[in-house]
Amino acid sequence: MKIDDALISKLERLSRLELAVEERAQIKVDLNNILQMVDTLEELNTDDVEPLIYMNEEHKAPREDIISNELPHEAAIANAPVSSESGHFLVPKVMDK
Amino acid sequence: MKGQNLNNIQAAIRQGELSVTQVVNHYLAQIEDSLPLNIYIEVFAEEAKKQAQALDEKLAAGESVGKLYGSVISIKDVICYEGHQVTAASKILEGFTSQFTATALQRLLDEDAIVIGRTNCDEFAMGSANENSVYGVTPNGVNSERVAGGSSGAAAVSVQQDTCLVALGTDTGGSVRQPAGFNGVIGMKPTYGRVSRYGVIAYGSSFDQIGVLGQHMEDVGEFLLTMAGEDPMDCTSSSQPVKTESSSQGQVSFAYIDEVMNHEKLHGAIATSSHALMDRLESEGHAVSKVQFPLLKYLVPAYYVLTTAEASSNLGRYDGIRYGYRSEAADSIKNVYQKTRSEGFGSEVKRRIMLGTFVLSSGYYDAYYTKAQKVRRLVTEAIHEIFENHDFLILPTTPNVAWKIGAHQDDPVEVYLSDIYTVIANLTGIPAISLPLATDADGNPFGIQLMSKKFSEAELIAVSEMLIST
Repeated sequence: MKIDDALISKLERLSRLELAVEERAQIKVDLNNILQMVDTLEELNTDDVEPLIYMNEEHKAPREDIISNELPHEAAIANAPVSSESGHFLVPKVMDK
Repeated sequence: MKGQNLNNIQAAIRQGELSVTQVVNHYLAQIEDSLPLNIYIEVFAEEAKKQAQALDEKLAAGESVGKLYGSVISIKDVICYEGHQVTAASKILEGFTSQFTATALQRLLDEDAIVIGRTNCDEFAMGSANENSVYGVTPNGVNSERVAGGSSGAAAVSVQQDTCLVALGTDTGGSVRQPAGFNGVIGMKPTYGRVSRYGVIAYGSSFDQIGVLGQHMEDVGEFLLTMAGEDPMDCTSSSQPVKTESSSQGQVSFAYIDEVMNHEKLHGAIATSSHALMDRLESEGHAVSKVQFPLLKYLVPAYYVLTTAEASSNLGRYDGIRYGYRSEAADSIKNVYQKTRSEGFGSEVKRRIMLGTFVLSSGYYDAYYTKAQKVRRLVTEAIHEIFENHDFLILPTTPNVAWKIGAHQDDPVEVYLSDIYTVIANLTGIPAISLPLATDADGNPFGIQLMSKKFSEAELIAVSEMLIST
């Protein structure tokens, strides 16, 4: 597996990252090196192996459907980088007129 | 009171020779003396003094106090503490204040532990050297030209420099044990699910666990077991009761992996001391036997596929809208995400998000992500098999001692491979501890690890006490 510029661009788009030119070049080299290491996994035959997904396989009973652990409105908005006086998260305008 | 364990501190307090205020002042003075090491991002000095005074008044009045009174702890900058900032050593969480306290920490506070401050670490706990932090490097406490280890590097140094009794760190692939080894202190990671992750900033959710670093085994064990137990706020926390008494007594059996202990790349001093320890155990009547573990070379690849996948998903929440940093250049909704994340994350974090996004992306998902999950099962079964016939697995904490600061910055693969002996425990969910073993000819410390089967913390603590006390 080789990571090329087109794939880097796709990954940037998917992860909402915008890499500087030098950063891009470096990450391309790094990812290719890392993948070379990761590709050793191919040597292992795992045809009849179930993927291990949950590290704690205990049965958990669902809890009662009761709302709990709420944050007051002011607390929820307190960490926002930009918010309005009326207590809303603010983002740049999304829709045209 | 330098270097005293909690039992001795409490005995001195009870006899009126020491006050909690004096304990706090001692650690604050130690923090002052170690400022060049860049251990703390923030010190809660005034608050700690007030809490100490309140405890002293309670003690004087003969009121009951929690079992951890007189203890002072540091917390890694990924653990939420209500009303205090937490940033994961990242620009993207600039100015963030916790709205609740992590369950594990709350259990310590309920027993009257005092938090002295939050320690530096690798950004989002991603790193093995404490070099990837927006607050700069925390060097090794023994030799400041060398790395502290990571990602809980400053947590280890906070203990090594006697700025607190114990430190809370997190361990995703060795982040508690490796810096403990590099700084000559104890570091323990519990079974996955033994300690609640609620209130811990997530990196790899099926790997992350809070761990404890300390100078004394009694303290490490006590703090770990106090934090342990089911938490309704973390559905991956186990409902198994917390066992505090070890069931094994006297002679126990140790397994070692031949390929690890006799690996040509294992540092000479580490090999010599590890073999000497195994000889000692054998001479004391314990069984020490060789086992094969052919999956060794697949551990680090599987670990990096799975943790980066989980990280790319976990770190999706940093969007520049609800909390933390937002780019000044964010003039559109797309740029709120993109510019914020590009400016807010450091390069190691971006590298891991990109890799994680790749292994989860359509077309590569089965070949990488599912494949690694299958390998994880094989590794877990192989480890389980070892514990059918042996009580403990013994292996070095790291293949090498702490490297010089900056030495590996251009070679992520080299750094990743250095995690080989610690990731076993995280891939398989078992508990593990690193105990200080010895130093090399230049005085650089290194550790020895013990691992045991799931939920056998009490046995692991007991055998560690046995090893350290003799």
